Amino acid sequence: MELRQFLQTSAVGDLVPWAVQTDAAKRYDLTVAEVEEAILEQGLMPARYQRNRQTIAAGMQLRLFRSRVVVIGSGGLGGYIIEELARLGVGHLVVVDPDVFEEHNLNRQILSSPLHLGMPKVDVAAARVREINPAVTITPLKVSFSTANGREILEGADAVVDGLDSITSRRELVTLCREMAIPLVHGAIGGWYGQVATQLPGDDISPNIFGLQPESKGVEAQLGNPSFTPATVASLQVAETCKVLLGEGESLRHRVLFVNLLNMEFEEVRMDSALG
Amino acid sequence: MEITVKLFAMFRIGRFAAETKRYEPGATPGDIVSELRIPEKEVGIVMVNSRHAKLDQRLFDGDTLALFQLLGGG
Repeated sequence: MELRQFLQTSAVGDLVPWAVQTDAAKRYDLTVAEVEEAILEQGLMPARYQRNRQTIAAGMQLRLFRSRVVVIGSGGLGGYIIEELARLGVGHLVVVDPDVFEEHNLNRQILSSPLHLGMPKVDVAAARVREINPAVTITPLKVSFSTANGREILEGADAVVDGLDSITSRRELVTLCREMAIPLVHGAIGGWYGQVATQLPGDDISPNIFGLQPESKGVEAQLGNPSFTPATVASLQVAETCKVLLGEGESLRHRVLFVNLLNMEFEEVRMDSALG
Repeated sequence: MEITVKLFAMFRIGRFAAETKRYEPGATPGDIVSELRIPEKEVGIVMVNSRHAKLDQRLFDGDTLALFQLLGGG
């Protein structure tokens, strides 16, 4: 029996249960990722994504599966971003972070735990993704993102998500994404506050969100970050990333969304398109 | 002229969330930032009438200026 036929006969309605997916991988000597692609190509849906519908139909799920997203930073924002992208079914993730988990991460970083102290954040991220969605291919890079290595890291990406923790490195990321014409979903947090913006090819968000002076410093140095702020902003970033990958809805292009969780205010700033 | 000034995030602490105040004709967002003793390096977005603006642009009677604090954490 061919794989195609096996999947068709084993499907429950148009859903292929995980047990069938792993069985098919064994029978046909394939990875679960290869089987997942075959399922989606047939217009069937791996059963794990059944609650993505009607939001994400089978064709869109295939598009997500064939997408490559680079997440820069695997800390407060990055941890949630990776978790959500993997559950969404984005097929290829690259996660970049030079750090190991430390005790002061435990108040907010979803991938951290006392057991992970001292372990590289990208290794924990990779293990988590393999655990929650083995059909996702994850590439952990334990390096610090910079202009010097950035081009190689971002090569082939359909979208880049910003989970960095400094304004200086964000400026470099924005510039490189602009040069390489790769969509970038920016997010930043400090205390009760956060912001999100999307830069599509041809745009430049840097004059709008990185302050007026080169030595500009964010408020997070004084305020720290509680658990809910990264979770909120990261989720907004993943929603933006999903839309960018699928070409659906309206992104935060030419807009910056400010989130104030202390007063529960969401404020939008419109940007001149000439400024990005 | 009257300008409504809105402050966001920590800029509100010890100041206000929104106030309408009198300024000399020709005042700029930069003038108001220094009058409020807000360090320029902490300023993220400057917005006039819901649109992105520059610190040296001229304000007009009835304008609303909003000042957002720079965020860099992740």
